[in-house]
Amino acid sequence: MKEIDVTRVTETVERLCIEANTDLGEDVENAFRTMAETEVSPTGKEVLGLLLENAAIARREKMPICQDTGLAVVFMEIGQEVHFTNGDLEAAIHEGVRRGYQKGYLRKSTCHPFTRKNIGDNTPAIIHYKMVPGDNVSITIEPKGGGSENMSRVVMLTPSEGIEGIKAYVIQRVRESGPNPCPPIVVGVGIGGTFERAAFLAKKATLRPIGTKNPDPELEALEKEIHEAVNRLGIGPAGLGGKTTALAVHIEMMPCHIASLPLAVNIQCHAGRHKKATL
Amino acid sequence: MSREITLQTPLSDSDTTPLRIGDRVLLSGIVYTARDAAHKRLVDLMDSGKPLPFDLKGAVIYYVGPAPAPPGKPIGSAGPTTSYRMDAFAPRLIAAGLKGMIGKGARADTVIEAIKTFKAIYFGAIGGSGALIAQSIVASEIIAYEDLGPEAIRRLEVRNLPLFVVNDTYGGDLYKEGVEKYAE
Repeated sequence: MKEIDVTRVTETVERLCIEANTDLGEDVENAFRTMAETEVSPTGKEVLGLLLENAAIARREKMPICQDTGLAVVFMEIGQEVHFTNGDLEAAIHEGVRRGYQKGYLRKSTCHPFTRKNIGDNTPAIIHYKMVPGDNVSITIEPKGGGSENMSRVVMLTPSEGIEGIKAYVIQRVRESGPNPCPPIVVGVGIGGTFERAAFLAKKATLRPIGTKNPDPELEALEKEIHEAVNRLGIGPAGLGGKTTALAVHIEMMPCHIASLPLAVNIQCHAGRHKKATL
Repeated sequence: MSREITLQTPLSDSDTTPLRIGDRVLLSGIVYTARDAAHKRLVDLMDSGKPLPFDLKGAVIYYVGPAPAPPGKPIGSAGPTTSYRMDAFAPRLIAAGLKGMIGKGARADTVIEAIKTFKAIYFGAIGGSGALIAQSIVASEIIAYEDLGPEAIRRLEVRNLPLFVVNDTYGGDLYKEGVEKYAE
């Protein structure tokens, strides 16, 4: 049994919220550079250059990469040998978000769904828990912006639509999203499970570092095929035309009900922000 | 291929009519920020015949909800939000004198039509480049609806704000034409 004081959770969440929003991952910047070399649209090439400049300014000035610093999506992996002390774990996570968004000069974007009144401190966080063996706790923060989230969908396909139906739906979703989700995007795809699990898988898929392979060769091939297809749509960087519409397509899959074929597409803007820490 | 043009607010027909889609514009002067909630309030004021918090004639509205200003800076990260959410309100404002809009993403046909009719202009800013855009904002002041937080109306003074012309006074649409050019 390992004891972890929940104030450590608060401190870690606070730090990760600020880091994720100001320090873009190396995988994303590398993808901008690689894509800028192959982008045929002069405007597209220029936009990719501006995004690299933006990331550099954000890091240097400790300023958010994007003013939409998102809802704080928190992935907790909790070792089953861990015992949290000194308070309520969930309250500690929300407190970390509250402090991080205040101290980091991050925008507070949570509001009441009807009145639209801003909550004022960017809580509540969206928290996903997973119990795992061992005595470690890992915390991943993914600030998720509204523009790309608005372009995301869950659909229950019929099993007969199969893999061709999946491909067609994902490509159509990217086409209809056009410039709105701030391309070049990362397309997170969740296949299988139930209605809500497909959405979770799609979100989780956006966390995989760009440039890493899917361990399942069948899915790796499917990712490549969809990626090439969406980059033929012509949307390009910032949607101003070009070949770089998606930086990556990532798929997570699990078995589903014999009657169903759940599919979720979670679109991540080019600011693919996430940071992880282990306690 | 694209030209670079410098413009100063307020804008008039002689500023907007030479612009063509794809032109790069460096905009200086005053722009007002407004998003969904502020647009709703502006249109409600117009409906009840009350004065607006700023003069719409020749004005430019930037669809942005900036991040808070860190110490020593006029503003935080300040990139564009997606424009379609303002489409229901934009034609009313354009008819009342609004000349320019800055955002990201495609506009409804009703907005494109109003842009043509009233010789207005829609600029695209690069979404997700909020730290870079903040470097072009030299002053910021809340002038209305402070209760809306990031969605309050701000008066921004900008210097060489980098923009692309997306919808021009001739009905052109860069999102449509740019994408058609590179689609296979």
